[in-house]
Amino acid sequence: MNFTRRKALGLTAGAAALALNGFKMTSAFANAEDTEKRIMEFSGSKKPEAGKITLTAPEIAENGNTVPISVSVESAMTGDDLVESVMILAEGNPNPAVATFHFTELSGQASATTRMRLAKTQNVIAVAKMKDGSVFSDIKQVKVTIGGCGG
Amino acid sequence: MKNKLIAAGVAAVMATTAGIVGLSADPVDETLTIDGIPLISRTKAPEGYPFKEVLSGWLFRTDETRALEADSFANPGMLSVEEGEVIWNKVEGKEGKSCASCHNDAKESMKDVAANYPKWDADAKRPINIELQINKCREKNMGAEPYEFDKGGQKPLTAFIKNQSLGTPVALDLSKGDLQKWWEEGKKTYYTRTGQLNLSCASCHEANMGKMIRADHLSQGQVNGFPTYRLKTGLTSVHNRFRGCIRDTRAEFPKAFSDELMALELYVTWRGTGLSVETPAVRQ
Amino acid sequence: MADSKPRVKVPKSAKAGEVITIKTLISHKMESGQRKDKAGQIIPRSIINKFTCEFEGAKVFECDIDPAISANPFFEFTAKVEKAGTFKFTWVDDDGSTYTDEKKIEVN
Repeated sequence: MNFTRRKALGLTAGAAALALNGFKMTSAFANAEDTEKRIMEFSGSKKPEAGKITLTAPEIAENGNTVPISVSVESAMTGDDLVESVMILAEGNPNPAVATFHFTELSGQASATTRMRLAKTQNVIAVAKMKDGSVFSDIKQVKVTIGGCGG
Repeated sequence: MKNKLIAAGVAAVMATTAGIVGLSADPVDETLTIDGIPLISRTKAPEGYPFKEVLSGWLFRTDETRALEADSFANPGMLSVEEGEVIWNKVEGKEGKSCASCHNDAKESMKDVAANYPKWDADAKRPINIELQINKCREKNMGAEPYEFDKGGQKPLTAFIKNQSLGTPVALDLSKGDLQKWWEEGKKTYYTRTGQLNLSCASCHEANMGKMIRADHLSQGQVNGFPTYRLKTGLTSVHNRFRGCIRDTRAEFPKAFSDELMALELYVTWRGTGLSVETPAVRQ
Repeated sequence: MADSKPRVKVPKSAKAGEVITIKTLISHKMESGQRKDKAGQIIPRSIINKFTCEFEGAKVFECDIDPAISANPFFEFTAKVEKAGTFKFTWVDDDGSTYTDEKKIEVN
Protein backbone atom coordinates (compact mmCIF):
# COMPACT_ATOMS: atom_id res chain seq x y z
CA MET A 1 0.00 0.00 0.00
CA ASN A 2 2.74 2.42 1.04
CA PHE A 3 4.89 1.48 -1.93
CA THR A 4 2.05 2.07 -4.43
CA ARG A 5 1.16 5.45 -2.97
CA ARG A 6 4.78 6.54 -2.85
CA LYS A 7 5.28 5.52 -6.47
CA ALA A 8 2.06 7.24 -7.56
CA LEU A 9 3.02 10.47 -5.78
CA GLY A 10 6.47 10.37 -7.31
CA LEU A 11 5.04 9.98 -10.80
CA THR A 12 2.55 12.83 -10.23
CA ALA A 13 5.24 15.22 -8.95
CA GLY A 14 7.52 14.28 -11.81
CA ALA A 15 4.77 14.52 -14.38
CA ALA A 16 3.67 17.89 -13.02
CA ALA A 17 7.24 19.19 -13.30
CA LEU A 18 7.51 17.87 -16.86
CA ALA A 19 4.15 19.33 -17.90
CA LEU A 20 5.14 22.77 -16.62
CA ASN A 21 8.37 22.61 -18.57
CA GLY A 22 6.38 21.78 -21.68
CA PHE A 23 8.18 18.54 -22.48
CA LYS A 24 6.53 16.26 -25.03
CA MET A 25 4.50 13.70 -23.19
CA THR A 26 2.91 11.97 -26.14
CA SER A 27 3.82 8.48 -25.07
CA ALA A 28 2.27 9.05 -21.64
CA PHE A 29 -1.12 10.05 -23.02
CA ALA A 30 -3.61 7.22 -22.87
CA ASN A 31 -5.01 8.54 -26.13
CA ALA A 32 -1.87 7.89 -28.17
CA GLU A 33 -3.21 4.38 -28.79
CA ASP A 34 -6.69 5.58 -29.72
CA THR A 35 -5.11 8.15 -32.05
CA GLU A 36 -3.00 5.45 -33.75
CA LYS A 37 -6.11 3.33 -34.23
CA ARG A 38 -8.07 6.16 -35.82
CA ILE A 39 -5.21 6.97 -38.20
CA MET A 40 -5.03 3.33 -39.34
CA GLU A 41 -8.78 3.17 -39.85
CA PHE A 42 -8.71 6.36 -41.88
CA SER A 43 -5.71 5.36 -43.97
CA GLY A 44 -6.82 1.80 -44.68
CA SER A 45 -4.06 0.45 -42.45
CA LYS A 46 -1.36 2.36 -44.35
CA LYS A 47 1.32 4.10 -42.34
CA PRO A 48 1.26 7.79 -43.38
CA GLU A 49 4.36 9.23 -45.04
CA ALA A 50 5.81 12.63 -44.32
CA GLY A 51 5.46 15.32 -46.99
CA LYS A 52 2.82 17.03 -49.12
CA ILE A 53 0.68 18.09 -46.16
CA THR A 54 1.44 21.05 -43.92
CA LEU A 55 -0.31 21.63 -40.62
CA THR A 56 -0.05 25.16 -39.26
CA ALA A 57 -0.72 25.73 -35.56
CA PRO A 58 0.59 28.26 -33.04
CA GLU A 59 3.56 27.22 -30.92
CA ILE A 60 1.80 28.61 -27.87
CA ALA A 61 -1.98 28.81 -27.69
CA GLU A 62 -3.14 31.96 -25.93
CA ASN A 63 -6.11 29.95 -24.70
CA GLY A 64 -6.86 26.27 -25.21
CA ASN A 65 -10.51 26.97 -25.98
CA THR A 66 -9.87 28.71 -29.28
CA VAL A 67 -6.76 27.64 -31.18
CA PRO A 68 -6.54 28.52 -34.91
CA ILE A 69 -5.19 25.77 -37.18
CA SER A 70 -4.76 25.37 -40.95
CA VAL A 71 -4.00 22.49 -43.27
CA SER A 72 -2.74 22.61 -46.80
CA VAL A 73 -1.93 19.70 -49.14
CA GLU A 74 0.13 20.04 -52.32
CA SER A 75 -2.14 18.80 -55.08
CA ALA A 76 -3.42 19.94 -58.47
CA MET A 77 -6.88 18.82 -57.38
CA THR A 78 -7.74 17.53 -60.85
CA GLY A 79 -8.07 14.05 -62.32
CA ASP A 80 -6.12 11.52 -60.29
CA ASP A 81 -4.09 14.09 -58.37
CA LEU A 82 -6.79 14.69 -55.79
CA VAL A 83 -6.96 14.96 -52.01
CA GLU A 84 -10.07 13.17 -50.77
CA SER A 85 -9.99 13.92 -47.05
CA VAL A 86 -7.88 15.39 -44.30
CA MET A 87 -8.45 14.23 -40.72
CA ILE A 88 -7.37 16.28 -37.73
CA LEU A 89 -6.62 14.60 -34.40
CA ALA A 90 -5.63 15.94 -30.98
CA GLU A 91 -3.55 13.28 -29.29
CA GLY A 92 -4.04 14.56 -25.74
CA ASN A 93 -7.72 15.49 -25.77
CA PRO A 94 -10.26 13.30 -23.96
CA ASN A 95 -11.48 12.41 -27.45
CA PRO A 96 -8.80 12.74 -30.16
CA ALA A 97 -11.29 13.43 -32.98
CA VAL A 98 -11.38 17.07 -34.10
CA ALA A 99 -12.70 17.26 -37.66
CA THR A 100 -12.44 15.66 -41.09
CA PHE A 101 -12.34 17.85 -44.18
CA HIS A 102 -13.61 16.42 -47.47
CA PHE A 103 -12.45 18.00 -50.72
CA THR A 104 -13.52 17.70 -54.36
CA GLU A 105 -12.23 18.99 -57.70
CA LEU A 106 -14.44 22.04 -57.10
CA SER A 107 -12.37 22.89 -54.01
CA GLY A 108 -9.61 24.13 -56.32
CA GLN A 109 -7.10 23.67 -53.52
CA ALA A 110 -6.92 21.25 -50.61
CA SER A 111 -6.68 23.75 -47.79
CA ALA A 112 -8.84 24.66 -44.82
CA THR A 113 -8.67 26.75 -41.66
CA THR A 114 -10.66 26.40 -38.46
CA ARG A 115 -10.46 26.92 -34.69
CA MET A 116 -10.21 24.07 -32.22
CA ARG A 117 -10.13 23.22 -28.55
CA LEU A 118 -7.06 21.78 -26.87
CA ALA A 119 -7.35 20.40 -23.35
CA LYS A 120 -3.61 20.65 -22.65
CA THR A 121 -0.20 20.83 -24.29
CA GLN A 122 -0.14 18.07 -26.92
CA ASN A 123 0.45 17.09 -30.52
CA VAL A 124 -2.05 17.93 -33.21
CA ILE A 125 -1.92 15.55 -36.18
CA ALA A 126 -3.24 16.05 -39.70
CA VAL A 127 -3.59 13.05 -42.03
CA ALA A 128 -4.32 13.40 -45.77
CA LYS A 129 -5.80 10.61 -47.83
CA MET A 130 -5.30 10.90 -51.61
CA LYS A 131 -7.46 9.49 -54.40
CA ASP A 132 -4.67 7.09 -55.36
CA GLY A 133 -4.65 5.66 -51.85
CA SER A 134 -1.44 7.31 -50.65
CA VAL A 135 -1.51 8.81 -47.17
CA PHE A 136 0.53 11.68 -45.72
CA SER A 137 0.66 13.30 -42.30
CA ASP A 138 2.08 16.25 -40.41
CA ILE A 139 2.35 16.80 -36.68
CA LYS A 140 2.76 19.93 -34.59
CA GLN A 141 3.07 20.37 -30.84
CA VAL A 142 0.96 23.15 -29.36
CA LYS A 143 1.69 24.42 -25.87
CA VAL A 144 -1.47 25.20 -23.96
CA THR A 145 -0.84 27.59 -21.13
CA ILE A 146 -2.49 28.46 -17.85
CA GLY A 147 -3.23 32.16 -17.64
CA GLY A 148 -2.76 34.65 -14.85
CA CYS A 149 -5.14 34.14 -11.99
CA GLY A 150 -5.92 30.47 -12.44
CA GLY A 151 -6.72 30.44 -16.14
CA MET B 1 11.76 8.44 -0.63
CA LYS B 2 8.27 9.96 -0.90
CA ASN B 3 9.46 13.21 0.65
CA LYS B 4 12.43 13.43 -1.69
CA LEU B 5 10.21 12.98 -4.73
CA ILE B 6 7.69 15.58 -3.57
CA ALA B 7 10.51 17.99 -2.78
CA ALA B 8 11.93 17.49 -6.26
CA GLY B 9 8.52 18.10 -7.80
CA VAL B 10 7.91 21.21 -5.73
CA ALA B 11 11.39 22.52 -6.49
CA ALA B 12 10.77 22.03 -10.20
CA VAL B 13 7.42 23.85 -9.94
CA MET B 14 8.98 26.71 -8.02
CA ALA B 15 11.92 27.02 -10.38
CA THR B 16 9.59 27.15 -13.36
CA THR B 17 7.23 29.63 -11.70
CA ALA B 18 10.08 31.85 -10.60
CA GLY B 19 11.36 31.86 -14.15
CA ILE B 20 7.94 32.76 -15.50
CA VAL B 21 7.24 35.55 -13.00
CA GLY B 22 10.58 37.20 -13.71
CA LEU B 23 9.99 37.25 -17.48
CA SER B 24 8.99 40.42 -19.19
CA ALA B 25 7.94 40.97 -22.77
CA ASP B 26 7.31 44.09 -24.76
CA PRO B 27 3.89 44.83 -26.22
CA VAL B 28 4.09 44.65 -30.02
CA ASP B 29 4.76 47.69 -32.11
CA GLU B 30 1.92 47.35 -34.60
CA THR B 31 -1.12 49.24 -35.77
CA LEU B 32 -4.55 47.71 -35.38
CA THR B 33 -6.53 48.16 -38.57
CA ILE B 34 -10.10 46.94 -38.88
CA ASP B 35 -11.79 47.13 -42.29
CA GLY B 36 -9.12 49.57 -43.43
CA ILE B 37 -9.68 51.90 -40.48
CA PRO B 38 -6.58 52.34 -38.28
CA LEU B 39 -7.41 52.31 -34.60
CA ILE B 40 -5.52 54.12 -31.87
CA SER B 41 -4.01 51.44 -29.67
CA ARG B 42 -1.26 53.52 -28.10
CA THR B 43 -1.39 57.19 -27.21
CA LYS B 44 0.05 59.85 -24.89
CA ALA B 45 -1.34 59.51 -21.40
CA PRO B 46 -3.73 61.99 -19.75
CA GLU B 47 -2.54 64.35 -16.99
CA GLY B 48 -1.78 62.62 -13.71
CA TYR B 49 -1.39 59.21 -15.33
CA PRO B 50 1.14 56.69 -13.96
CA PHE B 51 2.57 55.74 -17.38
CA LYS B 52 3.78 57.97 -20.22
CA GLU B 53 1.74 55.96 -22.74
CA VAL B 54 -1.72 54.46 -22.71
CA LEU B 55 -1.63 51.00 -24.29
CA SER B 56 -4.47 48.83 -25.55
CA GLY B 57 -4.62 45.22 -24.39
CA TRP B 58 -4.51 44.27 -28.07
CA LEU B 59 -0.78 44.97 -28.13
CA PHE B 60 -0.10 42.31 -25.49
CA ARG B 61 -1.75 39.35 -27.20
CA THR B 62 -0.30 36.65 -29.49
CA ASP B 63 -0.17 37.04 -33.28
CA GLU B 64 -3.21 34.81 -33.77
CA THR B 65 -5.36 36.66 -31.22
CA ARG B 66 -4.44 40.05 -32.68
CA ALA B 67 -5.26 38.80 -36.18
CA LEU B 68 -8.65 37.58 -35.02
CA GLU B 69 -9.64 41.04 -33.79
CA ALA B 70 -8.38 42.70 -36.95
CA ASP B 71 -10.63 40.47 -39.10
CA SER B 72 -14.12 41.88 -38.59
CA PHE B 73 -15.58 38.90 -40.41
CA ALA B 74 -13.90 36.17 -38.37
CA ASN B 75 -14.11 38.00 -35.01
CA PRO B 76 -16.62 35.85 -33.07
CA GLY B 77 -17.65 38.95 -31.06
CA MET B 78 -19.24 40.30 -34.25
CA LEU B 79 -21.82 37.52 -34.07
CA SER B 80 -23.04 39.15 -30.86
CA VAL B 81 -23.02 42.56 -32.55
CA GLU B 82 -25.29 41.11 -35.25
CA GLU B 83 -27.51 39.65 -32.55
CA GLY B 84 -27.59 43.12 -30.98
CA GLU B 85 -28.78 44.62 -34.25
CA VAL B 86 -31.70 42.20 -34.34
CA ILE B 87 -32.61 43.19 -30.78
CA TRP B 88 -32.29 46.89 -31.70
CA ASN B 89 -35.06 46.42 -34.23
CA LYS B 90 -37.27 44.18 -32.10
CA VAL B 91 -40.45 45.63 -30.55
CA GLU B 92 -40.67 44.94 -26.83
CA GLY B 93 -42.70 46.26 -23.91
CA LYS B 94 -46.07 47.88 -23.27
CA GLU B 95 -45.40 50.90 -25.51
CA GLY B 96 -44.99 48.71 -28.59
CA LYS B 97 -41.62 50.21 -29.44
CA SER B 98 -38.19 49.00 -30.40
CA CYS B 99 -34.92 50.91 -29.93
CA ALA B 100 -35.21 51.81 -33.61
CA SER B 101 -38.62 53.42 -33.07
CA CYS B 102 -36.90 56.39 -31.39
CA HIS B 103 -33.27 56.02 -32.42
CA ASN B 104 -33.76 54.92 -36.02
CA ASP B 105 -30.54 53.74 -37.67
CA ALA B 106 -27.98 53.06 -34.94
CA LYS B 107 -25.14 53.68 -37.39
CA GLU B 108 -26.13 57.35 -37.26
CA SER B 109 -27.83 57.85 -33.90
CA MET B 110 -25.32 55.82 -31.88
CA LYS B 111 -22.21 56.92 -33.75
CA ASP B 112 -19.47 57.89 -31.26
CA VAL B 113 -21.95 57.78 -28.36
CA ALA B 114 -20.33 54.99 -26.35
CA ALA B 115 -16.90 56.66 -26.46
CA ASN B 116 -18.19 59.20 -23.94
CA TYR B 117 -19.70 56.77 -21.46
CA PRO B 118 -19.93 56.44 -18.44
CA LYS B 119 -21.85 59.70 -18.12
CA TRP B 120 -23.61 61.43 -15.24
CA ASP B 121 -27.20 60.32 -14.64
CA ALA B 122 -28.90 63.31 -12.97
CA ASP B 123 -32.04 61.28 -12.21
CA ALA B 124 -30.28 58.50 -10.32
CA LYS B 125 -27.48 60.82 -9.12
CA ARG B 126 -24.78 58.36 -10.10
CA PRO B 127 -22.70 57.42 -13.15
CA ILE B 128 -24.50 55.56 -15.91
CA ASN B 129 -22.94 53.14 -18.41
CA ILE B 130 -24.37 51.73 -21.64
CA GLU B 131 -25.92 48.69 -19.93
CA LEU B 132 -27.80 50.85 -17.44
CA GLN B 133 -28.72 53.37 -20.14
CA ILE B 134 -30.34 50.55 -22.08
CA ASN B 135 -32.28 49.48 -19.01
CA LYS B 136 -33.34 53.07 -18.29
CA CYS B 137 -34.66 53.45 -21.84
CA ARG B 138 -36.43 50.09 -21.68
CA GLU B 139 -38.23 50.98 -18.46
CA LYS B 140 -39.08 54.63 -19.13
CA ASN B 141 -39.66 54.69 -22.87
CA MET B 142 -40.52 51.15 -23.92
CA GLY B 143 -42.40 49.93 -20.87
CA ALA B 144 -40.19 46.85 -21.02
CA GLU B 145 -38.47 44.92 -18.24
CA PRO B 146 -34.88 45.99 -17.57
CA TYR B 147 -32.29 43.31 -18.36
CA GLU B 148 -30.77 41.43 -15.45
CA PHE B 149 -26.98 41.54 -15.26
CA ASP B 150 -25.43 39.70 -18.22
CA LYS B 151 -28.83 38.24 -19.13
CA GLY B 152 -31.21 38.59 -22.04
CA GLY B 153 -30.12 41.07 -24.65
CA GLN B 154 -27.83 43.07 -22.37
CA LYS B 155 -24.48 41.87 -23.72
CA PRO B 156 -25.28 41.69 -27.46
CA LEU B 157 -27.14 45.01 -27.43
CA THR B 158 -24.34 46.74 -25.49
CA ALA B 159 -21.80 45.28 -27.92
CA PHE B 160 -23.88 46.49 -30.90
CA ILE B 161 -24.18 50.04 -29.53
CA LYS B 162 -20.51 50.28 -28.55
CA ASN B 163 -19.46 48.87 -31.93
CA GLN B 164 -20.99 51.99 -33.51
CA SER B 165 -18.14 53.88 -31.84
CA LEU B 166 -15.44 51.60 -33.26
CA GLY B 167 -12.29 53.67 -33.76
CA THR B 168 -13.51 56.73 -31.83
CA PRO B 169 -11.16 57.78 -29.02
CA VAL B 170 -12.46 57.36 -25.48
CA ALA B 171 -13.14 60.77 -23.89
CA LEU B 172 -15.04 61.35 -20.66
CA ASP B 173 -16.47 64.64 -19.37
CA LEU B 174 -15.71 64.47 -15.65
CA SER B 175 -17.08 67.98 -15.05
CA LYS B 176 -20.70 66.80 -15.13
CA GLY B 177 -22.55 66.27 -11.84
CA ASP B 178 -20.51 64.56 -9.15
CA LEU B 179 -18.44 62.51 -11.60
CA GLN B 180 -15.20 63.90 -10.19
CA LYS B 181 -16.08 62.54 -6.74
CA TRP B 182 -16.95 59.12 -8.19
CA TRP B 183 -13.67 59.20 -10.12
CA GLU B 184 -11.83 59.67 -6.79
CA GLU B 185 -13.73 56.71 -5.31
CA GLY B 186 -12.88 54.56 -8.32
CA LYS B 187 -9.23 55.54 -8.06
CA LYS B 188 -9.20 54.55 -4.39
CA THR B 189 -10.67 51.13 -5.26
CA TYR B 190 -8.09 50.68 -8.02
CA TYR B 191 -5.20 51.08 -5.62
CA THR B 192 -6.68 49.22 -2.60
CA ARG B 193 -5.40 45.70 -2.01
CA THR B 194 -8.06 43.07 -1.33
CA GLY B 195 -8.49 39.40 -0.75
CA GLN B 196 -6.38 36.57 0.57
CA LEU B 197 -3.87 37.30 -2.16
CA ASN B 198 -3.78 40.96 -1.10
CA LEU B 199 -3.77 42.35 -4.62
CA SER B 200 -5.13 45.57 -6.04
CA CYS B 201 -5.84 46.30 -9.71
CA ALA B 202 -2.59 48.26 -9.70
CA SER B 203 -0.60 45.29 -8.38
CA CYS B 204 -0.91 43.60 -11.78
CA HIS B 205 -1.93 46.28 -14.25
CA GLU B 206 0.40 49.02 -13.09
CA ALA B 207 3.24 47.68 -10.94
CA ASN B 208 3.73 44.59 -13.12
CA MET B 209 2.36 45.69 -16.47
CA GLY B 210 4.34 44.02 -19.24
CA LYS B 211 5.45 41.12 -17.08
CA MET B 212 4.15 37.57 -17.36
CA ILE B 213 1.85 36.15 -14.74
CA ARG B 214 2.17 32.46 -15.44
CA ALA B 215 1.61 32.48 -19.20
CA ASP B 216 -0.48 35.66 -19.35
CA HIS B 217 1.12 38.83 -20.65
CA LEU B 218 -0.10 41.53 -18.23
CA SER B 219 -1.68 44.53 -19.95
CA GLN B 220 -2.75 47.89 -18.50
CA GLY B 221 -6.21 46.43 -17.86
CA GLN B 222 -8.06 48.82 -20.15
CA VAL B 223 -11.78 48.55 -20.87
CA ASN B 224 -11.97 50.21 -24.30
CA GLY B 225 -12.83 46.89 -25.94
CA PHE B 226 -15.68 45.69 -23.74
CA PRO B 227 -17.89 43.73 -24.10
CA THR B 228 -14.92 41.64 -25.15
CA TYR B 229 -14.82 38.24 -26.83
CA ARG B 230 -12.65 36.22 -24.49
CA LEU B 231 -11.20 33.11 -26.12
CA LYS B 232 -11.81 31.41 -22.80
CA THR B 233 -15.43 32.31 -22.13
CA GLY B 234 -16.96 34.11 -25.11
CA LEU B 235 -18.49 37.59 -24.95
CA THR B 236 -17.72 39.12 -21.55
CA SER B 237 -18.97 42.36 -19.95
CA VAL B 238 -16.89 44.86 -17.95
CA HIS B 239 -18.59 44.19 -14.65
CA ASN B 240 -18.26 40.46 -15.15
CA ARG B 241 -14.51 40.95 -15.64
CA PHE B 242 -14.20 43.26 -12.60
CA ARG B 243 -16.00 40.69 -10.46
CA GLY B 244 -13.86 37.88 -11.87
CA CYS B 245 -10.60 39.71 -11.17
CA ILE B 246 -11.62 40.60 -7.62
CA ARG B 247 -12.83 37.05 -7.05
CA ASP B 248 -9.43 35.82 -8.20
CA THR B 249 -7.72 37.81 -5.44
CA ARG B 250 -9.87 35.59 -3.23
CA ALA B 251 -11.96 38.49 -2.01
CA GLU B 252 -15.71 38.85 -1.84
CA PHE B 253 -16.68 40.60 -5.03
CA PRO B 254 -19.15 43.50 -5.31
CA LYS B 255 -22.49 43.27 -7.14
CA ALA B 256 -22.57 44.27 -10.79
CA PHE B 257 -23.58 47.93 -11.22
CA SER B 258 -22.99 48.56 -7.48
CA ASP B 259 -21.65 51.99 -6.45
CA GLU B 260 -18.18 50.50 -6.05
CA LEU B 261 -18.06 48.97 -9.52
CA MET B 262 -19.67 51.97 -11.23
CA ALA B 263 -16.99 54.19 -9.69
CA LEU B 264 -14.34 51.71 -10.78
CA GLU B 265 -15.69 51.55 -14.34
CA LEU B 266 -15.62 55.36 -14.51
CA TYR B 267 -12.03 55.51 -13.29
CA VAL B 268 -10.73 52.63 -15.42
CA THR B 269 -12.44 54.04 -18.52
CA TRP B 270 -10.65 57.34 -17.81
CA ARG B 271 -7.35 55.45 -17.69
CA GLY B 272 -7.97 54.55 -21.33
CA THR B 273 -8.53 58.13 -22.50
CA GLY B 274 -7.44 58.50 -26.10
CA LEU B 275 -7.62 54.79 -26.99
CA SER B 276 -10.04 53.86 -29.75
CA VAL B 277 -13.18 51.99 -28.79
CA GLU B 278 -12.44 48.41 -29.94
CA THR B 279 -15.72 46.69 -29.08
CA PRO B 280 -15.89 43.79 -29.57
CA ALA B 281 -12.19 43.28 -28.74
CA VAL B 282 -10.66 39.77 -28.76
CA ARG B 283 -8.65 38.80 -25.72
CA GLN B 284 -7.63 35.70 -23.87
CA MET C 1 -29.89 27.20 -31.21
CA ALA C 2 -32.77 27.84 -33.54
CA ASP C 3 -31.46 31.42 -33.70
CA SER C 4 -28.08 30.38 -35.08
CA LYS C 5 -27.45 32.90 -37.80
CA PRO C 6 -24.58 32.15 -40.17
CA ARG C 7 -22.15 34.65 -41.69
CA VAL C 8 -20.64 33.85 -45.06
CA LYS C 9 -18.03 35.77 -47.05
CA VAL C 10 -17.87 35.07 -50.79
CA PRO C 11 -16.41 37.48 -53.35
CA LYS C 12 -19.08 39.06 -55.57
CA SER C 13 -17.30 38.01 -58.75
CA ALA C 14 -14.37 36.00 -60.07
CA LYS C 15 -12.61 35.16 -63.33
CA ALA C 16 -13.51 31.81 -64.89
CA GLY C 17 -11.18 29.21 -63.39
CA GLU C 18 -10.15 31.39 -60.46
CA VAL C 19 -9.80 29.80 -57.03
CA ILE C 20 -11.57 31.97 -54.46
CA THR C 21 -11.48 31.94 -50.66
CA ILE C 22 -14.70 31.45 -48.72
CA LYS C 23 -15.09 32.16 -45.00
CA THR C 24 -17.97 31.00 -42.83
CA LEU C 25 -18.87 31.63 -39.21
CA ILE C 26 -21.95 30.59 -37.28
CA SER C 27 -22.93 31.28 -33.66
CA HIS C 28 -23.23 28.07 -31.69
CA LYS C 29 -22.21 27.09 -28.17
CA MET C 30 -20.78 23.76 -29.36
CA GLU C 31 -21.41 22.08 -26.00
CA SER C 32 -18.74 19.39 -26.04
CA GLY C 33 -20.27 16.92 -23.62
CA GLN C 34 -17.17 17.19 -21.42
CA ARG C 35 -18.35 19.96 -19.09
CA LYS C 36 -20.15 19.39 -15.80
CA ASP C 37 -22.87 21.59 -14.34
CA LYS C 38 -22.94 22.96 -10.77
CA ALA C 39 -24.50 19.71 -9.52
CA GLY C 40 -21.65 17.71 -11.02
CA GLN C 41 -23.75 16.27 -13.84
CA ILE C 42 -22.36 16.08 -17.37
CA ILE C 43 -23.91 18.71 -19.65
CA PRO C 44 -24.95 16.67 -22.70
CA ARG C 45 -23.20 17.17 -26.03
CA SER C 46 -24.94 19.53 -28.42
CA ILE C 47 -22.92 20.62 -31.41
CA ILE C 48 -23.06 21.33 -35.11
CA ASN C 49 -21.75 18.06 -36.51
CA LYS C 50 -21.56 18.75 -40.24
CA PHE C 51 -20.91 21.65 -42.60
CA THR C 52 -21.35 21.45 -46.37
CA CYS C 53 -20.69 23.89 -49.18
CA GLU C 54 -22.25 23.17 -52.58
CA PHE C 55 -22.17 25.04 -55.86
CA GLU C 56 -25.18 24.59 -58.12
CA GLY C 57 -25.88 21.26 -56.43
CA ALA C 58 -22.31 19.92 -56.61
CA LYS C 59 -20.26 19.43 -53.47
CA VAL C 60 -17.34 21.83 -53.04
CA PHE C 61 -16.23 21.22 -49.47
CA GLU C 62 -17.54 19.34 -46.47
CA CYS C 63 -16.49 18.99 -42.87
CA ASP C 64 -17.41 16.29 -40.34
CA ILE C 65 -17.27 18.17 -37.07
CA ASP C 66 -16.37 16.77 -33.65
CA PRO C 67 -16.77 18.46 -30.23
CA ALA C 68 -13.16 19.68 -30.29
CA ILE C 69 -14.12 22.41 -32.76
CA SER C 70 -14.41 25.70 -30.87
CA ALA C 71 -17.65 27.54 -30.11
CA ASN C 72 -18.91 29.67 -32.99
CA PRO C 73 -17.43 27.34 -35.63
CA PHE C 74 -15.30 29.03 -38.25
CA PHE C 75 -14.25 27.52 -41.57
CA GLU C 76 -12.15 29.01 -44.31
CA PHE C 77 -11.66 27.02 -47.53
CA THR C 78 -11.39 27.49 -51.30
CA ALA C 79 -13.59 26.97 -54.34
CA LYS C 80 -12.77 26.89 -58.05
CA VAL C 81 -15.24 29.05 -59.94
CA GLU C 82 -15.89 28.04 -63.57
CA LYS C 83 -19.26 29.72 -64.12
CA ALA C 84 -21.70 32.08 -62.43
CA GLY C 85 -24.08 30.55 -59.93
CA THR C 86 -25.14 30.14 -56.31
CA PHE C 87 -23.19 28.68 -53.41
CA LYS C 88 -25.31 26.93 -50.79
CA PHE C 89 -24.06 26.45 -47.23
CA THR C 90 -25.61 24.00 -44.78
CA TRP C 91 -24.90 23.38 -41.10
CA VAL C 92 -26.43 20.35 -39.36
CA ASP C 93 -27.12 20.46 -35.62
CA ASP C 94 -27.08 17.41 -33.30
CA ASP C 95 -30.72 18.21 -32.54
CA GLY C 96 -31.65 17.75 -36.18
CA SER C 97 -32.02 21.42 -37.14
CA THR C 98 -30.28 22.68 -40.23
CA TYR C 99 -29.14 26.21 -40.87
CA THR C 100 -28.53 27.41 -44.40
CA ASP C 101 -27.26 30.40 -46.33
CA GLU C 102 -26.77 31.17 -50.00
CA LYS C 103 -24.44 33.48 -51.88
CA LYS C 104 -24.39 34.27 -55.61
CA ILE C 105 -21.23 34.79 -57.60
CA GLU C 106 -20.74 36.32 -61.04
CA VAL C 107 -18.02 35.40 -63.51
CA ASN C 108 -16.20 38.04 -65.55
